[in-house]
Amino acid sequence: MRLSTRHILSINDLTKKDVLTILATASSFKEISERPIKKVPTLRGRTVINCFFEDSTRTRLSFELAEKRLSADSSNISKSGSAMANKGETLLDTVRNIEAMRPDILVIRHSVAGAPAQAAGATRARIINAGDGMHEHPTQALLDLMTINDVKGRMKGLKVGIVGDILHSRVARSDMLLFKKMGLEVTVAGPPTLIPFGVEEAFGVRVASDVRDVLPELDVLMLLRVQRERLGEHFFPSAREYARYFGICADDLKSAKEDLAIMHPGPVNRGVEIAADVADGPRSVILGQVTCGVAVRMAVLYLLLGETHSE
Amino acid sequence: MSSYFIVNGRVIDPASRTDGKLSVLVRGGKIEQVTPSRKAPEGAQVLDASGCVVAPGFIDMHVHLRDPGQEYKEDIESGTRAAAAGGLATVCCMPNTDPVIDCASVAEYVLEKAGRLGATGVIPIGSITRGGKGEAMSDIGDLASAGACAISDDGRSVMNSGLMRRAMEYATAFGLPVISHCEDAALAGGAVMNEGLVSTELGLQGMPAAAEELMVARDIMLAELTGARLHIAHASTMGTVELIRRAKRRGIRVTAEVTPHHLTLTDEAVSDFDPNTKVNPPLRTEADRRALIKALADGTIDAIATDHAPHNIIDKEMGFEEAAFGISGLETMLPLALALVAERKLTLKRLVEALSAAPARILGLKGKGSLKPGSDADITIFDPSAAWTVDASRFASRGKNTPFNGLRVMGRARWTIVRGRIAFAG
Ligand SMILES: [Zn+2]
Repeated sequence: MRLSTRHILSINDLTKKDVLTILATASSFKEISERPIKKVPTLRGRTVINCFFEDSTRTRLSFELAEKRLSADSSNISKSGSAMANKGETLLDTVRNIEAMRPDILVIRHSVAGAPAQAAGATRARIINAGDGMHEHPTQALLDLMTINDVKGRMKGLKVGIVGDILHSRVARSDMLLFKKMGLEVTVAGPPTLIPFGVEEAFGVRVASDVRDVLPELDVLMLLRVQRERLGEHFFPSAREYARYFGICADDLKSAKEDLAIMHPGPVNRGVEIAADVADGPRSVILGQVTCGVAVRMAVLYLLLGETHSE
Repeated sequence: MSSYFIVNGRVIDPASRTDGKLSVLVRGGKIEQVTPSRKAPEGAQVLDASGCVVAPGFIDMHVHLRDPGQEYKEDIESGTRAAAAGGLATVCCMPNTDPVIDCASVAEYVLEKAGRLGATGVIPIGSITRGGKGEAMSDIGDLASAGACAISDDGRSVMNSGLMRRAMEYATAFGLPVISHCEDAALAGGAVMNEGLVSTELGLQGMPAAAEELMVARDIMLAELTGARLHIAHASTMGTVELIRRAKRRGIRVTAEVTPHHLTLTDEAVSDFDPNTKVNPPLRTEADRRALIKALADGTIDAIATDHAPHNIIDKEMGFEEAAFGISGLETMLPLALALVAERKLTLKRLVEALSAAPARILGLKGKGSLKPGSDADITIFDPSAAWTVDASRFASRGKNTPFNGLRVMGRARWTIVRGRIAFAG
């Protein structure tokens, strides 16, 4: 098994078959994390560098655990802790330096959209985009899809609502692309200021002015984090208003299907986009997403390197 | 000073309604004669322009020479060598240097250095406001006296409408046109590309067309109010074209320019995050591009200007969002414009006009933009069918930032003559 792509920069790099391969591989890896000794020798001797030019504790930890469980040698670069990636050295300079140390995979998180794609031109290593600006976060979308498939037992035809700051969300972009590719139907909702221009046409999704209008038909509801720093940028008047008109509370769910799955890429603002009783309620699969995260990352690391030993 | 007799070329001089197989005699830095004769006068060196067009020396009314202040990106010497190689005899340099060209002494520095080291003519554009900060008027009268041909706060709009009005009124006393970079700062926000389907897909912050059009509309209103001569820099949207068209019909004194890259590329070019496609105003949609070409052809847009914006690689290798705006445009201007002629969207005569007579008229440059006897001997001789491949590493400009690297193109300057001296021979 191998993927049709050298890098995972965007969901667009993956064929439908690639996605199914990743999900199947991730399912078999999920079992490893259940063992008392959570380690297999699969990627022994391979070098992975986690380049987190933008802070992210959970994604980074998820990748690190995935690498360790596959016995890869991994190192980390962070924006603050290193002379590299600081002012004065361009992104490509940093990548060329790392390239000289012959890594097999670079996992790149960067605040600038397209940074991993640019880096791909400067190295022979495979690249996994771990989130670039507002552009994409493909492994997050893959773990979201895996979670959905795990709890629903299927994907095609499921109706997914994504609510919140679609405009600034790389997760929403990757989710929309991936869900559409795999035959799910997506409706996005949120304040009109946070719905990007032409999103219907660009991503083939529906836009609802109020998610409550479509809630009864949804199988999955994905709530995105509201970034409080957006408050100063006039996207919405106050966190209170946001919670009142765009947040989801237990009351709203009365009209929803019994088996509606509530998801959230985290970190959760309890009381803003999602009420505490919903986040921690029986329909929530938020922690399941985190578990799938490690498995999906093990899968993509393995599949990108799996059959390249003879190169 | 040498004399030249240019023979066998097609002489196109829109300002004097000339188009034909003629010879041009240059003497004493001036055009002496345009004649059907092919016999070289005594002492004149013959330039054989077979297969070439002989045009008035091209004028680029919008370039950034980065000198003073950012000579690592470009300086007057390298910038004018690039201009000459691109077929330009004169460049007008924008004032957003460091220090800003907001007083006579900086304008004089530019003219003095250009006189010493410039391959082409250089005419400075002064800033509208002190330091380009949009807060208080520059010494506009001094700038005019020192030789500035226009004023502009290029890079941004003067957001204070009251101040812009006063500056436009004031500039009329000195006969200077006001060149406006039209961008409502608050509406543009921190955007890095056109707002549209592509920005939505890429997750890049988009600048709506309205951010440009609002300021175009405002400045047209202010031109009407003040009677000032307004020139719209780098028009990029369909709506801007419409506003200019209507204003011209109503007799308002407004002119406009368009860049070769806005005539050539759309925001689709940004799709692989190439920082060399990051420009301000941003590359727009195909509908905008078509409207610009049509407006250039019918004269709604008067001139072609490159907005040459050289950057060092360290300013571009930052990832798209953090990279600097701009394209190093001098050396690709001619073939990109000629591609429109090859596609029959533009006549050769109109192209020559947009690069010579039009900027000379807009800026009131005496003795420029025409091959009329007595004019400065600024002549661009180019071969429209010369095929070559763009190779940024061979640019004379220090700015290698171009999205056209590797592109196969047609059309190249053979000789650029500046005041009777050969500034470039290709
Ligand atoms: Zn400008």
